[in-house]
Amino acid sequence: MADQTTRTRGKMNLAGLAKSDYKGMPTTLCQGCGHNSISSQIIAASYELDIHPESIVKFSGIGCSSKSPAYFLGQSFGFNGLHGRMPSLATGAMFGNHSLTGIGVSGDGDTASIGMGQFKHIMRRNLPFVYIVENNGVYGLTKGQFSATAEPGLTLKGHGTNLYMPVDIAWEAVVGNATFVARSFAGDPKQVKELIKAALSHDGIAVLDIISPCVTFNNTDESMHSYAWGRDHEVALHELSYVPPREDILVDYQEGEVIDVTMHDGSSIVLKKLEHDYDPTNRSRAIALLEEANRKDWLITGLIYIDTQQPSLFDVYNLPDTPLNRLEPSQMRPPRESIQKVNQMMFAG
Amino acid sequence: MSAVQTKVMPTPPTKVGSIVNDFSITVGTSNGSGSQTSNLTILRSLFKMGIPVSGKNLFPSNIQGLPTWYTIRVSKDGFLARREEHEIVVAMNPDSFAQDLADVIPGGVLFYADDIKIPVSREDVIAYPMPIKQLVKASDAPSGLKNYIANMVYVGVLAQNLGIDLDMIHQALEFHFKGNQKPIDLNFGVVQSAAAWAEDNLEKRDPYQVERMDATSDFIMTDGNTAAALGSVYGGVNFAAWYPITPATSLVEELEEYLPMLRKDAETGKDTYAVVQAEDELAAIGMAIGAGWAGLRAMTSTSGPGLSLMTEFAGLAYYSEVPIVVWDVQRVGPSTGLPTRTSQGDLSMVYFLGHGDTQNVILLPGSVNECFEFGWRAFDLAERLQWPVYVLSDLDLGMNQWMTEPFEYPDEPIDRGKVLWEQDIEKLSGKWGRYQDVDGDGIPYRTVPGNRHPASAWFARGTGHNEFAIYTEDGGEYERNMARLSRKFDTARTFVPKPITDTMDGTDIGIIAYGSTEPAVQEARHHLAKAGLKTDFLRLRAIPFTKEVTEFIYSHERSYVIELNRDGQLHQLLSLEYAPVCAKLTSVAHLDGLSITARFIVDRIWQDEEKK
Repeated sequence: MADQTTRTRGKMNLAGLAKSDYKGMPTTLCQGCGHNSISSQIIAASYELDIHPESIVKFSGIGCSSKSPAYFLGQSFGFNGLHGRMPSLATGAMFGNHSLTGIGVSGDGDTASIGMGQFKHIMRRNLPFVYIVENNGVYGLTKGQFSATAEPGLTLKGHGTNLYMPVDIAWEAVVGNATFVARSFAGDPKQVKELIKAALSHDGIAVLDIISPCVTFNNTDESMHSYAWGRDHEVALHELSYVPPREDILVDYQEGEVIDVTMHDGSSIVLKKLEHDYDPTNRSRAIALLEEANRKDWLITGLIYIDTQQPSLFDVYNLPDTPLNRLEPSQMRPPRESIQKVNQMMFAG
Repeated sequence: MSAVQTKVMPTPPTKVGSIVNDFSITVGTSNGSGSQTSNLTILRSLFKMGIPVSGKNLFPSNIQGLPTWYTIRVSKDGFLARREEHEIVVAMNPDSFAQDLADVIPGGVLFYADDIKIPVSREDVIAYPMPIKQLVKASDAPSGLKNYIANMVYVGVLAQNLGIDLDMIHQALEFHFKGNQKPIDLNFGVVQSAAAWAEDNLEKRDPYQVERMDATSDFIMTDGNTAAALGSVYGGVNFAAWYPITPATSLVEELEEYLPMLRKDAETGKDTYAVVQAEDELAAIGMAIGAGWAGLRAMTSTSGPGLSLMTEFAGLAYYSEVPIVVWDVQRVGPSTGLPTRTSQGDLSMVYFLGHGDTQNVILLPGSVNECFEFGWRAFDLAERLQWPVYVLSDLDLGMNQWMTEPFEYPDEPIDRGKVLWEQDIEKLSGKWGRYQDVDGDGIPYRTVPGNRHPASAWFARGTGHNEFAIYTEDGGEYERNMARLSRKFDTARTFVPKPITDTMDGTDIGIIAYGSTEPAVQEARHHLAKAGLKTDFLRLRAIPFTKEVTEFIYSHERSYVIELNRDGQLHQLLSLEYAPVCAKLTSVAHLDGLSITARFIVDRIWQDEEKK
């Protein structure tokens, strides 16, 4: 019986689930779209971390990227809301049961244009939430207009040449007090997966700016959001691996070869040094790095900034252990005798 | 008609002490001068003397310096609507002196700060100068506070002149300063010395007088925003997100005042609620919808401009069927309009709020007490219907002090509506559809995040969806779902609070009104009846319209629809709903940003009736 299950559903993880249990509806995005690759890594990361799908809540705004939560974690609750308004919807919803894990997928239009305000404010509040931006520099569903992350000089068929300076989402996140900022590339699935795992362990807002090429509208070799450009210009800050809580770091590293960031839940992120010496806990260094990367046309990938000390949104509220959405009516309505006290607090005739 | 006019505005006789407990006092000061404390003290001390009173604050959109007025109506008959006549005017502000003087009725009284060097140019007004600066100088107040206590001088002078009991003033100050002895003593000291000065120096020449009554002992005095906040506390609010906007701001501020007092878990000391100040109204309603979807009793409060911003989210909540409570404390629009004036101008917008086909459920509290009741009831309705419920208050109701019946503990248990938890899904063997109309009332079943049953999850969306919340662009599915929402609106008709009717024998003329206009309507009906025109009254308390509204309209020859806006928005909505008989309905709409008066209503109805 067990063998049969294994044959049809694949290997079970510690949650008793097969990888297929983490899938969603079939994707309706274009073949080769970077977003599908990211969805696959969300599925893989959740499966490998033995997460119960019921403990995850998914969110999105509007756009190609925002369709994708329907295509992963089909057994998780989800809300595909309004264009640019994912952060507020998620903030309110996570108060419903603050022990759940929130994961949101947005796009560059959804975050850097219409949703810039809410993006900035979800970071200020440090909501424990994995905020993925599938960044392709273009509006897909409306057929290929420039987005706010498109580089000046980019020429797109039927839309001429982009005139304006781009928004750098990772930079906005670092200066916006985000406590976990990473950039990655959909063409580097291993790194995407490790970053998602690390972000799921972060007790605060984790912004993942993932360059995710649009194969239909913005994938020419010279476009800064294309697969070819990404492959040619990716500069990985480190080789990143996520080590779950209670698991030992097995590989021996030379002194000074790795940085080990311990997370709130006891897990750690092991950053193996590549050619750059980079400490992601230093914010001014992170800003300088992004500036340098923009100047030198590098697609910097990896963990750009992390602060595990900043209190999360739920640390600053005095919430009960019982989720607010499981309180009994008797815990929600003051007792009958209190009404007299309340009336006495008003000015009486 | 002339008989009625006389009743509404009698010419005051001049005999000293001949008009008891039946006049209005208007105080003109400058904004930010601390006059609110003085005015509330007068209002509360009269209330404490057992006399029916109301207070209306007419204030500019400004922090400091512009003219502001406060009108107190004293009415032995219990008529507490605004009046257009000012018997007693207190002029403290040189900038508004000319207008203040002009506002006094012939034979009325003007109290004025004697440092205002503008001559009192009217002979038909009894004028009393008050040596404000001199009395303030003589007080032992620290110099930084002298400007603030200047306004206490007129409290003392009025008390002496009208016969307001100083003990009651002391009680009002005790309440205002929450028992803090220092400011109580300081302010009361000024009141006493001003009263003593008036006793020695002002010979009373006017007819106005107050006398103790016993008409307020069963009442409390507070404002609608406080009541709404308290009602929400008793309604079990778990989550409130908001953005500051006049005149709704104090609603959530009061929530933050009372929640820590009333809603900490007795065992754990933890909060059973969370309040978030959002970055704007879009985020405020977005958070509330997220929370409502996740199974919390969630609310936001705003006013017209905020609601305009919330519109897209309102449509999402309507279509994805998320329960939330939205308080709209209305002010004058369009645009920024008159942000510190009252209105009922959002009714049409709220009814249709959202693009495409929407019809929203609206509650219309008509008193401070009802703001409390609808505060808790709105959550039951929202969760039962799985929809936003909009509660339309207004600046007059929300921010002014009203005498009102004490709050009553909710007489119905909390109703969370159709929510399925793990064991419910188990019983259904995991087979259920988020948008299936199982019971035929248009209301489906829902689950909320955190439900651990593997078959509990569903994907909420503003996009087209079928009965299982799966994306679809199928026209038939879309139409069936929208038809179900329409059915749900019909179900709401049977859930919402019924109107309250007040009838007189033998009339076929009706009046329909809602919200803060009731006191003026009732006063107008009194005067109309005295002049021979009886009317029945239906006070609407909710939309959709219930069968009682239908019966009222059909059973009356004609009905006047009274409201505070330009276009007669309720009249329009009723005309749509009751198109075959809409000729029975006549709009009486009042626009100027002040609350409606009985006189306005009487005049308009008489004008119309004379044509019949």
